[in-house]
Amino acid sequence: MTMLDIQDLRATAGDAEILKGISLTINAGEVHAVMGPNGSGKSTLAQVLAGHPSYTVTGGSVTFMGNDLLDMEPEERARAGLFLAFQYPVEIPGVTNAYFLRAAYNEIRKARGEEEVDPMDFLDVLEAKLKIVEWGPEIMSRAVNAGFSGGEKKRNEILQLALLEPRLAVLDETDSGLDIDALRIVAGGVNKLRSTGRSFIVVTHYQRMLNYIVPDHVHVLAGGRIVKSGDKALAHELEARGYEWVEALHGVPA
Amino acid sequence: MSSSVESLVNREYKYGFVTDIESDLAPKGLNEDIVRLISAKKGEPEWLLDWRLQAYRNWTRMAEPHNWPNISYEPVNYQDLRYYAAPKTTTPLGSLDDVDPKLLETYTKLGIPLSEQKLLAGVAVDAIFDSVSVGTTYKAKLAEQGIIFCSFGEAVREHPELVRQYLGSVVPAGDNFFAALNAAVFSDGSFVYIPKGVKCPMELSTYFRINQAETGQFERTLIVADEGAGVSYLEGCTAPKRDANQLHAAVVELVALDDASIKYSTVQNWYAGDADGKGGILNFVTKRGKCAGTRSKISWTQVETGSAITWKYPSVILQGDDSVGEFYSVAVVNNRQQADTGTKMIHVGRNTRSTIVSKGISAGRGQNSYRGLVKVLPRAANARNYTQCDSMLIGNRCGAHTFPYIDVQNASSSTEHEASTSKIGEDQIFYLKQRGLNTENAISMIVNGFCKEVFKELPMEFAVEAQKLLGVSLEGSVG
Ligand SMILES: Nc1ncnc2c1ncn2[C@@H]1O[C@H](COP(=O)(O)OP(=O)(O)O)[C@@H](O)[C@H]1O
Ligand SMILES: [Mg+2]
Repeated sequence: MTMLDIQDLRATAGDAEILKGISLTINAGEVHAVMGPNGSGKSTLAQVLAGHPSYTVTGGSVTFMGNDLLDMEPEERARAGLFLAFQYPVEIPGVTNAYFLRAAYNEIRKARGEEEVDPMDFLDVLEAKLKIVEWGPEIMSRAVNAGFSGGEKKRNEILQLALLEPRLAVLDETDSGLDIDALRIVAGGVNKLRSTGRSFIVVTHYQRMLNYIVPDHVHVLAGGRIVKSGDKALAHELEARGYEWVEALHGVPA
Repeated sequence: MSSSVESLVNREYKYGFVTDIESDLAPKGLNEDIVRLISAKKGEPEWLLDWRLQAYRNWTRMAEPHNWPNISYEPVNYQDLRYYAAPKTTTPLGSLDDVDPKLLETYTKLGIPLSEQKLLAGVAVDAIFDSVSVGTTYKAKLAEQGIIFCSFGEAVREHPELVRQYLGSVVPAGDNFFAALNAAVFSDGSFVYIPKGVKCPMELSTYFRINQAETGQFERTLIVADEGAGVSYLEGCTAPKRDANQLHAAVVELVALDDASIKYSTVQNWYAGDADGKGGILNFVTKRGKCAGTRSKISWTQVETGSAITWKYPSVILQGDDSVGEFYSVAVVNNRQQADTGTKMIHVGRNTRSTIVSKGISAGRGQNSYRGLVKVLPRAANARNYTQCDSMLIGNRCGAHTFPYIDVQNASSSTEHEASTSKIGEDQIFYLKQRGLNTENAISMIVNGFCKEVFKELPMEFAVEAQKLLGVSLEGSVG
């Protein structure tokens, strides 16, 4: 089954065209890695899929589970099962993580036609999810991402992923800024969440994370285009030869 | 901001209805005869009439403040207002049994049922409708412990010695233009006396309702906590929607003797005017507490969401040694609302401590100013003040301003001031939307988080109410 079908997607921010015609098809259960040098448009692709208002889609189409994704509000996309783990998770001072997570959880449940859960029942739900990211409950009484270390922020993203159980998760540089232990935990969390019905787009600059989360397909983004696709061997080749290699191949200035 | 944010619909002000009831009205205008008329209507003793007349004479020599507050409005035509309006059918005795059913219905509609069976357990209410109190609940129960909770008018009749002792002792009749006006024409209000050593077993509250057009509301509240006494007091208010501005110039005086504590919480939701700034209440209020005794404590918490213009500075005079003053404030302006609000902490006694936490939220074309004075007098050794003053901007047509004044005359004291201004971020809203929340709920969550330190000071039911109110006042706010 096709989960996501991107055809010739173009997007601008201000006057600049950043995505210059991207096509990508992802089936249910697949993990696609999107790699590329800094500034190639990886985060833009992730944000455009999630519907960030800073970007204007100027061409192409995106179909998510048979529906026109670009026609949906960001919260509708989330409720339909699209999840973005942010490269830079946002701080919400004064709002406890527990309160925020329950609000999000209940929104997603409502969208699925399920009943909302009260704070007590939610604690039970959380307990299991916290295990996935090897966390204790202390993190719940802290304000959302406020004063979190880089690693804690990323872990919090994966906790949300575990909680909201999306159909498609886009992980934007979830590995960046993580030490090896945190990387192991975060990647381990993602692996526990892999299933035949769930797809992933793993955006990363380095091959490192792909040793843990082994992708079915690897795409190289450069200058707003996918310049090369392959299997996991491509990631290793990139690691060995550097991005200049693909950029040179495709005439993209470094 | 994104169009989805802009397109939020403004919810109607749901308390904007008018009760159709016949009123006893004073003729328009203000002069000594009107002052005498008000005093006579209330059957007041001579000393009180004299006090009013003195205040009136002071007032005629004062000018409406227009230069220093960061607000702009057309000068009020004081001769075009009525200074007394009372529903004709009320018995002025504060007995609920005889209250006109139309009035009871009004309060039920406002969510303040006055029949004791239906009341929130643990909250006693004094309901003020235009110029008079229409009833006070749980009076008898409180009286068992010697607590006096009644309308101001009743206190003047029943407890003149207490009223005379404390009236004007914190806010003198000539304190400022609006306080002088209030002293001359004040209509009704609430009076509370908590005797020595008694901790009031329930929250006391006053609910103010303006109904009559072209009247001002000038209530006066006086709360005295005797030695070792404690009380928590709540104040709420609403008014009908009208095209013309209406004046509300209240005075609140608090007195805390040795070891006494008073906690005063306000959720102010007067009609704010329409989106273009037409109509709304001019909320010009003087609130001040005196920590007269050692180890006494006065704490103000306010959530100001309504009114076209808010001008108020709930303050504490820290006279007793080791006394404590607190001010926690959330002020929200949207559309064309203006607020100039803050506090004054006057440290007189030794080891006095004060805390100021102010959260200003500006949206639409609203203008929000924090104005605060921390004054440490020479005798106030080891005085401490902590001030935190945060502003949040929603959209880019609004404004936030801070005017902190610090005047320290004792070298052993310390004052600490922290301030921040932030803009509610597109990225914060987007983050929450990506997790399934709609824009409205996202903004509400962010703003409530911002106000958390203040909300946690409110009594439980009030905190819930305040959170809801904040959501409503900010709807359609972004642009
Ligand atoms: N909101 C924006 N406004 C203007 N330029 C942007 C914006 N977002 C991204 N860009 C530009 O688009 C290019 C791609 O950025 P990004 O998608 O963040 O790349 P990556 O994630 O691959 O490092 C960069 O040149 C960046 O400066
Ligand atoms: Mg990026």
